[in-house]
Amino acid sequence: MTAAPQTTATTTISGWGGYPTQEAQVIIPRSLSGCKTELERHSSLIARGMGRSYGDSANAATVLQTTCCDHFIAFDDKTGLLTAEAGVTLRDILKITVKHGWFLPVTPGTSYVTVGGAIASDVHGKNHHVAGTFGQHVVSLTLLLGTGEIVTASPTHLQDLFHATCGGMGLTGVILVATIQLIPVKSAQITQKTIKAASLEEACEAFEVYSASTYSVAWIDCLATGKRLGRSVVMLGEHSDSGGLNLTVKDPVTVPIHTPAALLNSMTMRAFNIAYWAKAAHDKTQTVPLQPYFYPLDALGGWNKLYGKAGFVQYQFVLPKADGVSNMRTILTQIAESGAGSFLAVLKQFGPANKNLLSFPIEGYTLALDFKMSSSVVALLHRLDDMVAGMGGRVYLTKDAVMKELTFKATYPEWQEFEAVRHKYGALGKFASAQSKRLGLA
Amino acid sequence: MRKILILGATSAIAEHCARIWAARGDALYLVARNEERLKTMTADLIVRGAEQAHSFCVDLNDMQKHVALLDAAETAMGGIDTVLIAHGTLSNQKACEQNVEQTLAEINTNALSVISLLTHIANRFEAKQSGTIAVISSVAGDRGRASNYVYGSAKAMVTAFTSGLRQRLHKSNVAVVTIKPGFVDTPMTASFKKGLLWAKPDHVAPKIVQAIDKRKYEVYVPTFWWVVMAAIRLLPVRVFLKLTF
Repeated sequence: MTAAPQTTATTTISGWGGYPTQEAQVIIPRSLSGCKTELERHSSLIARGMGRSYGDSANAATVLQTTCCDHFIAFDDKTGLLTAEAGVTLRDILKITVKHGWFLPVTPGTSYVTVGGAIASDVHGKNHHVAGTFGQHVVSLTLLLGTGEIVTASPTHLQDLFHATCGGMGLTGVILVATIQLIPVKSAQITQKTIKAASLEEACEAFEVYSASTYSVAWIDCLATGKRLGRSVVMLGEHSDSGGLNLTVKDPVTVPIHTPAALLNSMTMRAFNIAYWAKAAHDKTQTVPLQPYFYPLDALGGWNKLYGKAGFVQYQFVLPKADGVSNMRTILTQIAESGAGSFLAVLKQFGPANKNLLSFPIEGYTLALDFKMSSSVVALLHRLDDMVAGMGGRVYLTKDAVMKELTFKATYPEWQEFEAVRHKYGALGKFASAQSKRLGLA
Repeated sequence: MRKILILGATSAIAEHCARIWAARGDALYLVARNEERLKTMTADLIVRGAEQAHSFCVDLNDMQKHVALLDAAETAMGGIDTVLIAHGTLSNQKACEQNVEQTLAEINTNALSVISLLTHIANRFEAKQSGTIAVISSVAGDRGRASNYVYGSAKAMVTAFTSGLRQRLHKSNVAVVTIKPGFVDTPMTASFKKGLLWAKPDHVAPKIVQAIDKRKYEVYVPTFWWVVMAAIRLLPVRVFLKLTF
């Protein structure tokens, strides 16, 4: 017999940024066969996991939420090969695998994302320069196509579908199951080294000097101007050899309500950044547990509510390495002048791009920061989009909420090949999000 | 290591309890109606650390099979020391009002099948002078209300039955734990508009597991429902009649 109906009443959904919102029917299938049944019952939908992409990439009038398809299928603690349903979160994985000495090959800045979401966004982490994206560690994935057929794709089988699906924002089908190769670790601790960089140039130089470091990222003060522009705290990390495999997973402290948006203004942000810079110690090495190292914000559940009801846009772009530093300086100047940038700005050096058609990273420098939503921010972002595009860079679709179709098509040149793969596998029209419509995908 | 039998194992609340037990390395025996979901769950619980995970596919309304499933669970795990009875359906009150058979079917699923299982399990545990039996009842059983009294009266029967059973088995060292969840956001309640009173199954499950560990008598989850239901029970009838919940 089939499981009970799971369709919710119409509800208001949004991405993690809280902008834009959409009235949607949220369907939560209780099993993989339930996903197929629901797909057949609806003319068009988009898969959704934890709703942690920032903009409107998982917004649609009908969304298929995979959070009840959150079962592990197999885990081999000898080889580190893990097979799980798409709704399993990275947090769930860590709770099970770290104690056996296995860690995620690539992890974004929150563990509250599903495996399906991590693949659809082809997420990257602090080790992109050495490990690439999440999709590069997916051994195979099972996809529910628009035709209702369920297929398995991998780097060697249905390669075109595989490379369109990793980074494909859920537009090729519903990811049902994935097999991932985890990496061995000896400890649940990270040895972290902090380096203070007084300017953007120093920060980028540090990335070069420490390019052999497994993890590297810089917290950058976007409000600093002039000589101090781009001053950063560069954080390097290596998996420790000691400290044991005991992972402490704490429940987050939750932000209960939307705070008045005025609490986060340029004054408070400037104060935060000055304090952050002052507190950081130069050339200091310390050992920290995995959780706070990779997921500092996971300790504060619902931190997105700090931006108030209007929400925020997280903006992440990448610039090619050639002229990357001077181009980054130009954009940072623009952001600093706007006074609208956040206290959470992250700078990172990316390694080479991969074969995935819509995957974001290209070799160069990437910057991510938040903008509290307001009427002037959209215009600012469009200006920044134009600058980034003009420099040969592009914006991360997982965080995008406002990009124009022309900008998308100019900066993701493989979009036509992507559409051809979608056409071949019956995805056109069947899988669509508010974002895919805005970007002019069929 | 506990040897735990879970009836209605694919319910959201039971599944989250099972995951906690799996992480502890307990042995689990799952009973539910949906074969696909049982298979998925057993594989999942093994990965999560369960010492063993077995399953038995049956509609618990088929009471003729109750003895067989208990025998099978005992054989598979080498005994049972803890039982969680979690199966049930949320009745369509309006439909039940117009249809006696549907009303009786709901009473059968939510009360009589539970009582059949409880009777068999109680006798087995009484004989071996040990064990813990936990039953998911509901706050709805505390006072019959117009909006869901068919479901509520079935749960009232479960609450009263477990109260008596607890007293009977007390001297036999068998604990009977009655669990009364309030509004829980599960697939069973997917079509309801959610408000402040709603809890998630992953918040409710640890409280249920803890109540079973501590061999509590009656627990409201979340706890504040004790206050809410005490107030509702105390309302004089003439006031209660005028309310619309």
